[in-house]
Amino acid sequence: MRLGLFHSTIRAEEKLLISSAKELGVEVKLYDIRKINLDPESFVVDFDVALERSVSTTKGRHLVRFLEGLDVPVLNSSSVATICEDKFLTAMVLHKANLRQPKFAMVFDEQHAKEVINDWGGYPVVTKPTIGSWGRLISKINDDDALEAIIDHKMVLGSPEQKAFFIQEFIEKPGRDIRAFVVGGKVIAAIYRDSTHWITNTARGGQASNCPLTDELQEICQRSSEAVGGGILAMDLFESPQGLMINEINHTMEFRNSEKPTGVSISSEIINYCIESQNVKN
Amino acid sequence: MSNTHICPTCDEEITLPEGTVAAELITCDECETMLEVVGGPDGLTLTEAPEVEEDWGE
Repeated sequence: MRLGLFHSTIRAEEKLLISSAKELGVEVKLYDIRKINLDPESFVVDFDVALERSVSTTKGRHLVRFLEGLDVPVLNSSSVATICEDKFLTAMVLHKANLRQPKFAMVFDEQHAKEVINDWGGYPVVTKPTIGSWGRLISKINDDDALEAIIDHKMVLGSPEQKAFFIQEFIEKPGRDIRAFVVGGKVIAAIYRDSTHWITNTARGGQASNCPLTDELQEICQRSSEAVGGGILAMDLFESPQGLMINEINHTMEFRNSEKPTGVSISSEIINYCIESQNVKN
Repeated sequence: MSNTHICPTCDEEITLPEGTVAAELITCDECETMLEVVGGPDGLTLTEAPEVEEDWGE
């Protein structure tokens, strides 16, 4: 099989994918998205399956839509990416599928933010951009003063997108959350992300250790995968008194810190899924 | 082709590991600048890595 690996800057994950593909006998063709023309008249398809690994969500989105327009199989699909890149849309899709998640709302000004927070029983809450990653610009808000400051700054300095306030209930965590890796609907591995900070992303210093794949974890992940359309996904979950909650789903996941503690070659699982996807197509 | 390069920021000599590919990110041991490996007709070169943008991530 020939795999078209579409990237921007090559991270540790892309190196792992290239290495695993080589071990599995898959020919990899590297495409730097920043240096190719998405011109349907001139673009030459000389691979069987495309794997989108752009660090830029915007470039990745355009690439996937382009390839689908050429009838090229691409992972993840544009429909999965569209849902997962937008935290509000993800939350709505999970809500529709009746999956347990933190309370959430979208509001467009301070007054309505206060109404929502009051309805939920008060602070703390979390605000986050609908598009973004690595824990950037996520704020824990403990009182009216902080809320007013954040909303005022965004209203004055922000882009129109930043004036849409996605608010989430703050979930008290036991010093950790869970990152689960789901490929083709199957939970292949999971890690705990321990941190003394309320933001537990490994990109922000969270420490990874193996998390057992319990029945509860597998069920919520499989249902969440089905809700967003499947594919290659990384899910962030909270352990709450009510049980596991799904928080976010990532569609171009990073996993450099997770292969060692879990003992699972996540990169090989992804490549194998690409091979299976090609076989399904044929 | 030589795999020894000069850091564009601090002039430190950098030896690229075996298997380095274009678009890969490396860090200069001396000045800790993040660098991108750039492929071209004359082989690999180094340039400062792009700044992280708002839509970067997973």
